[in-house]
Amino acid sequence: MALIRITSPHAHRPGNTGNVMLTVLMATLPGLAAMTFFFGWGTLIQVIWAVMLAVGLEALIIKLRNRPVSFYLTDYSAVVTAVLLGLALPPFAPWWVITVGVMVAIVVAKHMYGGMGSNPFNPAMVAYALLLVSFPVQMTNWTAPFVMTGEGWAVLGLGDTFSAIFGSAGTLIDGHTMATPLDIMKHRGGFTTEEMWAESALLANGIGAWHAVSAAYVMGGVFLMYRKIFTWHAPVAMLGTLALASTFFFLLMPDQYPDPFFHLTTGATMLAAFFIITDPVTSATSNKGKLWFGAGIGLLIFIIRSWGNYPDAVAFAVLLMNLSAPFIDQYTQPRSYGHHKANRGMKGDS
Amino acid sequence: MKNTVKVHSFHGGIHPPENKKQSTGAAISAAPVPSRIVLPLQQHIGLPADPLVKVGDRVLKGQQVAEAIGRISANIHASTSGTVTAIESHPVPHMSGMTADCIIIEADGKDEWIEHSGLDDYTSLPKPELIEFIRQQGVAGMGGAGFPTDVKLHLGDDHIVNTLIINAAECEPYITADDMLMRERADQIMGGIEIIAHLLKPLHIMVGIEDNKPQAIRALHEALDDSPLNLDIVITPTKYPSGGEKQLIKLLTGVEVPSGRIPADVGIVCQNVGTTTAIFKAVTYGEPLISRIVTVTGQAAGHRQNYEVRIGTRFADLLDHAQASREHIHRLVVGGPMMGITVTDEQIPVIKTTNCLIAGSVEEMPPQPPAQACIRCGMCEQVCPVELLPQQLHWFAKGREFDKARHHNLFDCIECGACSYVCPSNIPLVQYYRFAKAEIRKEDDEQRKADHARIRFEARQERLEREKIEKEERRKQRAIDAAKAQAAKKDAALTKKPAAAAAASTAAPDLKQLKQNAAIARTKLGKAEKALTNAQSKGQDGIEALQATVQQLQVKFDTAQKAYEKAQSAPAPVSTSTAPVTDLKQLKQNAAIARTKLKKAEKQLEKSEANGDDADTIATLQKQISELQAKNIAAEKAFKDAEAGDAKQPSAPIQIDTSELEADIAAMQAKVDKGEAAWKKAAEAGSPAADKMAAGVEKLKDKLKALQDELAQIRVQSSNTAAPAPVDTSDLEADIAAMQAKVDKGEAAWKKAVESGSPAADKMAAGVEKLKDKLKGLQDELAQIQSNNASAPAQVDTSELEADIAAMQAKVDKGEAAWKKAAEAGSPAADKMAAGVEKLKDKLKGLQDELAQIQSNNASASAQVDTSELEADIAAMQAKVDKGEAAWKKAAESGSPAADKMAAGVNKLKDKLKALQDELVQTKGNDTATAETAIVETEIAEIAKPDIKELKQQVSIMRTKLKKAEKQLSEADDSEDTSELAAEIEQLKQRHDEAKATLDKAEAEKIAAAAQEGIDLKQLKIDAALARAAVTKVERALSKAEQDSKDSLEAELISAKAQAEQLNSTLERFSE
Repeated sequence: MALIRITSPHAHRPGNTGNVMLTVLMATLPGLAAMTFFFGWGTLIQVIWAVMLAVGLEALIIKLRNRPVSFYLTDYSAVVTAVLLGLALPPFAPWWVITVGVMVAIVVAKHMYGGMGSNPFNPAMVAYALLLVSFPVQMTNWTAPFVMTGEGWAVLGLGDTFSAIFGSAGTLIDGHTMATPLDIMKHRGGFTTEEMWAESALLANGIGAWHAVSAAYVMGGVFLMYRKIFTWHAPVAMLGTLALASTFFFLLMPDQYPDPFFHLTTGATMLAAFFIITDPVTSATSNKGKLWFGAGIGLLIFIIRSWGNYPDAVAFAVLLMNLSAPFIDQYTQPRSYGHHKANRGMKGDS
Repeated sequence: MKNTVKVHSFHGGIHPPENKKQSTGAAISAAPVPSRIVLPLQQHIGLPADPLVKVGDRVLKGQQVAEAIGRISANIHASTSGTVTAIESHPVPHMSGMTADCIIIEADGKDEWIEHSGLDDYTSLPKPELIEFIRQQGVAGMGGAGFPTDVKLHLGDDHIVNTLIINAAECEPYITADDMLMRERADQIMGGIEIIAHLLKPLHIMVGIEDNKPQAIRALHEALDDSPLNLDIVITPTKYPSGGEKQLIKLLTGVEVPSGRIPADVGIVCQNVGTTTAIFKAVTYGEPLISRIVTVTGQAAGHRQNYEVRIGTRFADLLDHAQASREHIHRLVVGGPMMGITVTDEQIPVIKTTNCLIAGSVEEMPPQPPAQACIRCGMCEQVCPVELLPQQLHWFAKGREFDKARHHNLFDCIECGACSYVCPSNIPLVQYYRFAKAEIRKEDDEQRKADHARIRFEARQERLEREKIEKEERRKQRAIDAAKAQAAKKDAALTKKPAAAAAASTAAPDLKQLKQNAAIARTKLGKAEKALTNAQSKGQDGIEALQATVQQLQVKFDTAQKAYEKAQSAPAPVSTSTAPVTDLKQLKQNAAIARTKLKKAEKQLEKSEANGDDADTIATLQKQISELQAKNIAAEKAFKDAEAGDAKQPSAPIQIDTSELEADIAAMQAKVDKGEAAWKKAAEAGSPAADKMAAGVEKLKDKLKALQDELAQIRVQSSNTAAPAPVDTSDLEADIAAMQAKVDKGEAAWKKAVESGSPAADKMAAGVEKLKDKLKGLQDELAQIQSNNASAPAQVDTSELEADIAAMQAKVDKGEAAWKKAAEAGSPAADKMAAGVEKLKDKLKGLQDELAQIQSNNASASAQVDTSELEADIAAMQAKVDKGEAAWKKAAESGSPAADKMAAGVNKLKDKLKALQDELVQTKGNDTATAETAIVETEIAEIAKPDIKELKQQVSIMRTKLKKAEKQLSEADDSEDTSELAAEIEQLKQRHDEAKATLDKAEAEKIAAAAQEGIDLKQLKIDAALARAAVTKVERALSKAEQDSKDSLEAELISAKAQAEQLNSTLERFSE
């Protein structure tokens, strides 16, 4: 056998980017299961539909870009994007909502910026933000957690769900819709938080479902940390900042601001903490940078939730910090071995 | 086994599959003698060795076949007996697959040793000889890059080696050469460590070993029990790359080697465990490094084990012996899988650094899958042992943003491959870094070349421009001279024309114009006088009319002259530095003119008297003479004033002044002589004018004396100050004397002629004038030469300075010796003596200050100033440390409480030294050194309670820097400008001295503190010994530096002398 000449190293840890993405997908399973359990078949159907669309679009674009299709498809990054978007959307949103979302995520937010690894913004969050701005009604029309509200599991069958999403039978689910806790909190009018809890029995009963879903995301996140897919820095910084900010205002005015536990366990907080902001492509690079990145997102989430126009704020907060990531990178280089201090900025001004 | 030393950790690292078990099953076995050995001339970092054998020579095993060139190089020895068949290009183990010169030996199979013997007792040998002995055996680092070992063993000379680390980590997968070596030859390792420890005298020895080698650890412990060595075997967790030098240092000591420095800068020396056995064998048996342990492994190898392989054995022979299956070898890796290189030619030989040969099958080393896009997952960052941002570096390298890559510390990358290993996208990151590094080096190189070219071009442009300007000026000057000559001619033709125009134009402040006017008036006056003389001598009528004309002209001339002088004195301060010199010349001319006039008038008087003219005429003439005398005095006074003002200006002009003054004095002398002669005659004739004449002569004599005094004063000054190059001055004087003699001769002849009433007298007078002019021209030329040769005084200064310092130093030493004796004897006079020594030192300091000040005027000599000051510093430091030691000795011997006082005294001395250094910094003025020194000072100030270890590190860093700079200097071409380097060395020396002073102070404090508590004299002794050793080392380094600078100075002196001699010969030719 002819000898080859190749530079070191000659050993490589098994695995590739595809393995990383598959691990992430595995970690989303508890969350997906919890969503399906509490909110019915809708989420599952949304996710599957999104994945199918995403893979198709990805293949098409890669083909158009004259790249080897299977090589790029098997990094499974499109699948991850689709799953995350599917998890974030209301379970019974019409099919065209997620179709638009996936198209924006894959075509605009990802490939138009150069594809895998080159996109400055998290594709799923770009799509989510666009949908939220464009279709506010569909995007805020959540279902009540059936189990918790005594309606029983999957009160809408698979067929009903299909027709609710793909058919024109939008009215089918009208009886089951309910605002999200964050939505209720936002639009509680002049009520204090206590009055709100007393007022909305449905919310008081249903909140448990949100807690459970958040717990499922945490499980997946911890699994990914254990597998060293990402480090603790960004999630801990984000959750810590959010908790700190909300605790401060809660202690200051308990009747105006919800408690920190409410902030941490509702909306997309946990999904964002472990699956969105840990997207390496669009986050800051160094560990120190990830701390700043996460903290910025946590703070922005609290600010927008408390004083902004939208009930939830994950997409906007993430996008804003995506924008800041290159800047953060410049000022958070680690101190290298044998150096007195870390370099700052882009050139020689340290 | 438990660690007695705290194990630190380094960032990152990976845990690749070890794959070590395969090759540890069998004991080390000797590989057979190959039929042919190939010895590359370069198996180490540094210069390739130079072959000592010719093709056809028979060589014995262990015979040296190539010798090291330069300091960083290694000898090469034949690893078996045989015949040299070729010295030619041959493939060598290199990443690029290149070929290089190799000595090829056909083995005769006898494996016949050359006569060799080890050292019976290496401790009895002086260290340099022992190190030379090791160097002779061609020992080079056997772990990584193959750094010649003797260089590292010399580190004890100029570094304080606190810690010796033996690298036994062997963190790369597959390799077990060191592991097996430790298992089987631990006693040799301990023997080698003993030798290294003997040479480096470290305070602490550590063997760093990963915990995946329990058998080796046990073997080392057993060997340690039989060894007198006191070392720590430190077991570190298995993690790649803990065997990297810097990583191991961090693991064992917690210290990070500063970026861009070597471990010795922080007092640490690392040696590979394999190197220790090589040293042991070299010293104990006299065996050169001709074989090493090589792990042969990989799935394609039949026998996976360690072999003792002769250096130069080709891989093919080794693979044959290990029964490697050639069909299954996919990748042949030399070294480990992480940092090893692949080779494609089995003819490549084993060299001193070859620790492993992996015959990798395609299964265990599959081809690299195609790289995917970087997703910035940061896994590389988590494993980077240098804490870089590998993915950022990758982006920068890819985008050719090399500045950014450099800013992200690309050059700190050790290319360990950990990032590539973990990259999920299979990006060959290390290749990107190698590419970027190579590109940056190339760019830097090109930039350097471009800068060099630019500087040369600019210098050339500047020179051309300067030459052009000079040429233009010369041309202009010639034109002016020609115009002047023309104008003078014209004016001479129009004698009768009234000089009113000339007088009117005096209003214009044009100096040249004025001067011209004066010259015209003078010419006219001269002519009129001549006519008068003629008339007088012929006894013609109309003498009175002529006399009136002369007087009229005289008045006009006076007016013109006055206007010129006035104008001249007014703009003088405005004019540039050259103006005073010009003015001086002009003033001098004026004085000369006045003198000439006076002379003529005197002559006339003489003639009138001789002719017996009537009293009126004589009285008029006498009046004229006295007027002229007054003018002469005024002109000379102006000249002197200007000169005195000029004398205040530094350097070159002083020499000019002296020569001019000398000329003046000579002229004056002549005048006085003449005056006296006239007076004598008048007295003999009984003329009533005799008294007046006597008064005039007296005045002249006074003036002469004043001039002489001034000359003497200036000479004293100039000998006090920069002492103008003695050669030049003496030349000048000799010249003046010779010319003066000629002038005197001419004047004597002229006098005789006058006495005899010969008509040739006038001609003679003119001849004398000409001679005088010549003399003056010569003097001017000399002055110019001297001013051009401004750099010459520097050498004189330095030598003077050195002599002064040496004398003072001798005094100080004597005083100190006396003081020491007194201190030892416990005499009460010791204090007084110390005070005396202090005084002497102050004197020395004063002298140095004075010299420094004098020299500070001379910019070009600044380097020498620094050297001398530094010498003073060394002397002061030496004295200080000696005293400190004496104090300590006394305290230790008597255990007396006086130790405290002594310590305080030492501190005082140190303060003084510091003050001296500060002063030096100040005298350096706006030198950039100040800034840096200030930084160092603030740094020192920051660590008010300094850690001695840290200080030591600082000192050792400084010392290394200093040495490097010196080396650079010594290597620099003669043609290159070394002054910058020299300045840098000065700066470094200063910094080093300061750091050293702080260290000394800290140590002295420590000793004092210990003495107060009355504990641990042993520790005190160790500290003192350390300090002593450190001082010796510094001295050695500095004396070397001094020698270097002295040599260069001497060279300069010789060239200056040659130049001076050349000038002298030119002068001689001119004065013939």
